[in-house]
Amino acid sequence: MSFAHRHLLGIEPLSPQDIVTILDLAETYVDLNRQSAKHADVLAGLTQINMFFENSTRTQASFELAGKRLGADVMNMAMQASSIKKGETLIDTAMTLNAMHPDLLVVRHPHSGAVDLLAQKVNCAVLNAGDGKHEHPTQALLDALTIRRAKGRLHRLNIAICGDISHSRVARSNLILLGKMENRIRLIGPPTLMPSGIGEFGVEVYDDMREGLQDVDVVMMLRLQKERMDGGFIPSEREYYHRYGLDAEKLALAKPDAIVMHPGPMNRGVEIDGTLADDINRSVIQDQVEMGVAVRMAAMELLARNLAAEPRE
Amino acid sequence: MTDLLFTNARLIDPEAGTDAPGWLHVVDGRIAATGTAEAPAPEAGETLVDCGGMCLAPGIVDLGVKICEPGERHKESYRSAGQAAAAGGVTTIITRPDTAPAIDSPETLEFVTRRAQADAPVNVLPMAALTKGRQGREMTEIGFLMDAGAVAFTDCDHVVEDTKVLSRAFTYARSLGALVIGHPQDTGLSKGAAATSGKFASLRGLPGVSPMAERMGLDRDIALIEMTGARYHADQITTARALPALERAKANGLDITAGIDIHHLTLNEFDVADYRTFFKLKPPLRSEDDRQAVIEAVRSGLIDIICSMHTPQDEESKRLPFEEAASGAVGLETLLPAALRLYHSGDLSLPQLFRAMALNPAKRLGLGAGRLSTGAPADLVLFNPDTPFVLDRFQLKSKSKNTPFDGGRMQGRVLATYVAGEPVYRRD
Repeated sequence: MSFAHRHLLGIEPLSPQDIVTILDLAETYVDLNRQSAKHADVLAGLTQINMFFENSTRTQASFELAGKRLGADVMNMAMQASSIKKGETLIDTAMTLNAMHPDLLVVRHPHSGAVDLLAQKVNCAVLNAGDGKHEHPTQALLDALTIRRAKGRLHRLNIAICGDISHSRVARSNLILLGKMENRIRLIGPPTLMPSGIGEFGVEVYDDMREGLQDVDVVMMLRLQKERMDGGFIPSEREYYHRYGLDAEKLALAKPDAIVMHPGPMNRGVEIDGTLADDINRSVIQDQVEMGVAVRMAAMELLARNLAAEPRE
Repeated sequence: MTDLLFTNARLIDPEAGTDAPGWLHVVDGRIAATGTAEAPAPEAGETLVDCGGMCLAPGIVDLGVKICEPGERHKESYRSAGQAAAAGGVTTIITRPDTAPAIDSPETLEFVTRRAQADAPVNVLPMAALTKGRQGREMTEIGFLMDAGAVAFTDCDHVVEDTKVLSRAFTYARSLGALVIGHPQDTGLSKGAAATSGKFASLRGLPGVSPMAERMGLDRDIALIEMTGARYHADQITTARALPALERAKANGLDITAGIDIHHLTLNEFDVADYRTFFKLKPPLRSEDDRQAVIEAVRSGLIDIICSMHTPQDEESKRLPFEEAASGAVGLETLLPAALRLYHSGDLSLPQLFRAMALNPAKRLGLGAGRLSTGAPADLVLFNPDTPFVLDRFQLKSKSKNTPFDGGRMQGRVLATYVAGEPVYRRD
């Protein structure tokens, strides 16, 4: 099992085989996590620092738990509150942390490319936990694992990604991953929330949700990111819900066994009907959270193995 | 003053559009004669320069150079910029007023003129702001500033949003025959943008601006020129969409010219790659289709002027996430080698390049330079168009080293630069 990457900065640099490698290893952690004794000490002695320059509860908790279950020493740093307020640059912050010899650095940052920049300046392995509107690779990997387990495969599926594509790093990473695994991807959303140049992505674009959901296997909803809206992308929440909110009636157009996904946190009644989100026959939203921990454990283990193989200065 | 006789040269004459072997005679800092036949014998006391078949062209007139005095001398001073210019074959620098504070009063203008005279080995002509503090609210003392030596008026990349203010400034400038330089950009669309919208920007998750923003800005400015009769130059036309508007305005007889910086002619949006901030420019790098279209426009003469848009930025302002990083690149020393890429690729001939880099900017500003004709100032550049080298940014003479060509393979190097017949640079 080889995984020739120093960092996990995005899905873009990964090959389909890399993706399968991570998912296969993650499967073993799904099993482990369901046991009462959840420890595997593959990261024992290593230090993991979670640096979140943007608010996060779920992703940070997931990474923290993943590290702890693998035996790493985990430290969380809420970067919004600290040095950037004092005017320190990202690179200086990185250099400071680097001097503490972490082995794994998990970073979320509000600017696209910031995690790449940081990765150039440190000696440890960097995991991107979301950078601006660019990528969120572990989210795409956990979504892939969820789909693979629910559908029995990760190729030749019709997958609809719906909502605010333009502001979503989750959509970007998923688009790239699912494309690499040879699925048919449909993007559904109002044209004001579609990224520019979308015609060149090799996807089908729909602004009518009813049309777009016809016969899909997977419906992936996105959060309508109110905090990202400069204003004026959509007329109102209620019109958005009417046209793009997922409810039982719209879902009936998809295949009868289609699954419903959401990266969370959900806005019930804005992009998804609350009852539908809780429907255990259709919604795999809780599975996604579970897969998140397993996928992050797998990704960190693979990167740590590469670190161990490196000569130490 | 020593008189000079250049022999065995390859004369690049943008006025005649010729690229031919010949000689050139300089007397009292001016070009006295040129010829293609056998060179005359040097007179007593004259220096003979055997060019060895290398190119001799009019020195570059670089319209729109930022020198960071006053305010940020650690980024670029008149001394460092002057040396960079000399090493790059630029014999006349036209400076931008986007300093801190802006050059918007005769007093500041006199300060920079003095600094330039004291420190820069090449000609320096200043531009002044069109509105006070480049705020877009009140016009500057255009008359006094012209008396103090301002050759054009521009708020640089600050677009004057209030059309009433701009129309009045245009009208007033017209009465004085002043040249106004605009930055065509619709500010509503371009706000917050770090890249040109499209597949690349979307994949990188960077906020994008539609190329249409340039066309809208140009359309607005053209309407105001038509209304006021102002003399106008668009600093950078970088998109295919803006070209038909420019063409129509010229066909309608408006007093309009347009420029482009060398980076938009030689690089495209994909060069940004993994968020390389040295490639962050304003306007952002465009698609390859746009690049091809603007090269064609330079060839046809629709775009008149190529400049470096020299914008020094220190390391700190570039070592940031792409969206936060400062825009701009230094270009005084790389303008000619980069422009020669277009020559080696067969896109533009040497006379076409020097028409855009020397003759046209000189003409637009009413300068006698930029040509090889008798009586013109002997501002000359001698260069080997073929010398290959890999650019090392730390070898640049500019104080700031923010060039996108760092590590790039270049072809063509300046051998010597002359201002009014005096050597200001010689490559050992």
